[in-house]
Amino acid sequence: MKQHSTLLAFFKNSRFAVLFSAAVSLFAQGGRNIISIDSAQRPAIAVPDFRGSGDAQNQMSAFNSTLFSSLQDSGQFTMTPKTVMPLHVPQQPADFRGGMQGYSLPDWSGPPVSTNYLAFGYTAVTNGQLVLYGWLFDVRQANASSAQVLGKVYTGTLDEAGARSVAQQFAADILKNFGATGLVGTKIYFTSDRTGHKEIWSMDYDGSNQKQLTFYKNISTFPVVSADGTKLAFMTYANGRPQIFVHSLITGRKLPYYNQSASMNAPSDFTPDSQHLVIYSTAGSSYSQIYMTNVDGGGLRRIGSSRSPEVEPKVNPKNGSVLAFVSGRSGFPQLYTMNSDGLDVSRLTSGEGEAVNPSWNPDGQHIAFAWTRGFEPGNYNIFVMDVASREFQQLTHGEGRCENPVWAPDGIHLVYSSKRGRTSEIWTMLADGTAKRQLTTQGNNEKPVWAKPSN
Amino acid sequence: MRKSRISPFRSGRANAWLFASALLIFTAACGKKTPVAPPPPPPAATAPTATPQERPSITFTAEPSSIEKGQSAMLRWQVANATEFSIDNGVGPVGSSGQRQVYPEGTTTYTLSATGPGGSEKKSVTVNVSSAPPPPPPPAASNETSVDIINRDVKDIYFDYDKNDIRDDARAVLTTNAQVLKKVFASDSTITVNVEGNCDERGSAEYNVALGDRRATAAKEFLVQLGVPAERLKTISYGKEKPVCTDASESCYQQNRHDHFAPAAQ
Repeated sequence: MKQHSTLLAFFKNSRFAVLFSAAVSLFAQGGRNIISIDSAQRPAIAVPDFRGSGDAQNQMSAFNSTLFSSLQDSGQFTMTPKTVMPLHVPQQPADFRGGMQGYSLPDWSGPPVSTNYLAFGYTAVTNGQLVLYGWLFDVRQANASSAQVLGKVYTGTLDEAGARSVAQQFAADILKNFGATGLVGTKIYFTSDRTGHKEIWSMDYDGSNQKQLTFYKNISTFPVVSADGTKLAFMTYANGRPQIFVHSLITGRKLPYYNQSASMNAPSDFTPDSQHLVIYSTAGSSYSQIYMTNVDGGGLRRIGSSRSPEVEPKVNPKNGSVLAFVSGRSGFPQLYTMNSDGLDVSRLTSGEGEAVNPSWNPDGQHIAFAWTRGFEPGNYNIFVMDVASREFQQLTHGEGRCENPVWAPDGIHLVYSSKRGRTSEIWTMLADGTAKRQLTTQGNNEKPVWAKPSN
Repeated sequence: MRKSRISPFRSGRANAWLFASALLIFTAACGKKTPVAPPPPPPAATAPTATPQERPSITFTAEPSSIEKGQSAMLRWQVANATEFSIDNGVGPVGSSGQRQVYPEGTTTYTLSATGPGGSEKKSVTVNVSSAPPPPPPPAASNETSVDIINRDVKDIYFDYDKNDIRDDARAVLTTNAQVLKKVFASDSTITVNVEGNCDERGSAEYNVALGDRRATAAKEFLVQLGVPAERLKTISYGKEKPVCTDASESCYQQNRHDHFAPAAQ
């Protein structure tokens, strides 16, 4: 009952304050996108290649690709093709003095470019550092002095990592101007067997900076990250049986977690306040059932009861007293919701096929999941559902076995795994099924989760 | 860990063999000490004949002439025209005819000396002794460890997709498995069995950990019903993390939907 009151407190104390872009609107009508990233509402932005003076030029390939993809992948903009851009690209506000094509605002706002915004600037080397001078102009304005939306100086190391970093910071600032949280700074945690053993890895949201986090040389999988970004929980056979381990993402060290004396214990989610862990375990039944524990494994409390395997409990980030989970109580596994007292069990999916891997959108109203509906067993695709109306939409089609969709903190991106041929890899996409992008290439990569930066 | 728990058992078996061998040698040694029947009385003295004094004649054999260490040979002799008879190498004075069982430790030449009025005569026989062969190999069954027996005789059982019900074919296999396990557990207190539940690759990894656990538990419950001690059976679910094959075919899926019974140290 202690947990129950804690759960109710999540609602009040939730640190989830995800900003939603005006460009994102939700539709639940037949044939429409459940989560629509409406291109008509998206502003057009031109992002020409920036140039660097002196040694800075060597880093501009990495800089330009990072800036472009960060803005494109955000799903917030219609990207203006580089092919229609004017011959001359301004490098600083003073260049808007007319004379040459590209040096006046209508050259950008009028046809054929017809863009709304222009990101421009240049880089230089100062005191051995890479310095970016970046501006964002609203080119529909009458003159250059009123067109400036953003003008800022960024400093990074004089190498590829520094170039990517200043590009990401600039992109993040641009996105903030549109009310979007963006993805810069977010991380994706996942399982990879590229060392020969399944271990937990992390990478930046765009696939860069892939790092191995665990070294148990066994089977370690099912990572989950606390909402505050400080703790990683996962399941491992390091002690022989499936158990829950918790690591600090600050120190990288293992934290104490008391595993129930049971044949299996698996972590599934942290509560929105990062103070509890929702797990599935055979602690009190010969069937896997759903429990909540403190982050150190104490305070075990069972949630619900059935004579069938129940797995993957996920706490609604907006209403911590509601859980989505997977149960075999009606045959093949299906998605259900219930209250944190185990009551009001409700099936979300039709009973067709196998529905697994629920993930709550930060809005607490939509769930992404994997479903074999209409397919052979094992042939999963990614779906999103409006929980209130039960309307759903399929986002992957004939792209191999697609599983484990998890929402990005921005609420409009999904990360998932796709097995095409022999290996499983991590992909991201927008929640309307567009902008699919592969992030991993080495070994098998699966079980992704998308986490906010830890700070 | 597993090896170190098993090895005391193996050396225990070796000790048993040493003990048995020692017993055999001990028994044989007792044979040596059995009081030898006193030599028959000397033949009635015949009237000494004045002429001529014949030399002693000796017949002396060893049967068999070649033995293995620990075995015995029989010395037999018959002497005429003599009044004193003795055999060396610990046999001592003997009668004019007789037999004696000997247990030479190594190859030994026995010499019979006979002295009579007509003089002395000697005759020797040699008993060749070869070292004992290694103890005969124990019967095949008793050389096996419990691990060998479990690996050979306790069979995997198979399941239908997304099910943990014990099928009819699995029922028969588990019945045999129970007989084997009860016997092994009764004779070896150091061994346990991990019932490992496994699934094919089609279900989700998360659900399969729970399903594999059910499959392992279902087999354990069945075995316990048949009298296998529950405390000797542990369950572990590998879900779909330890496939025995990776083809996308029903035959491979079926191979992976199984319980494996892995011997483990107590």
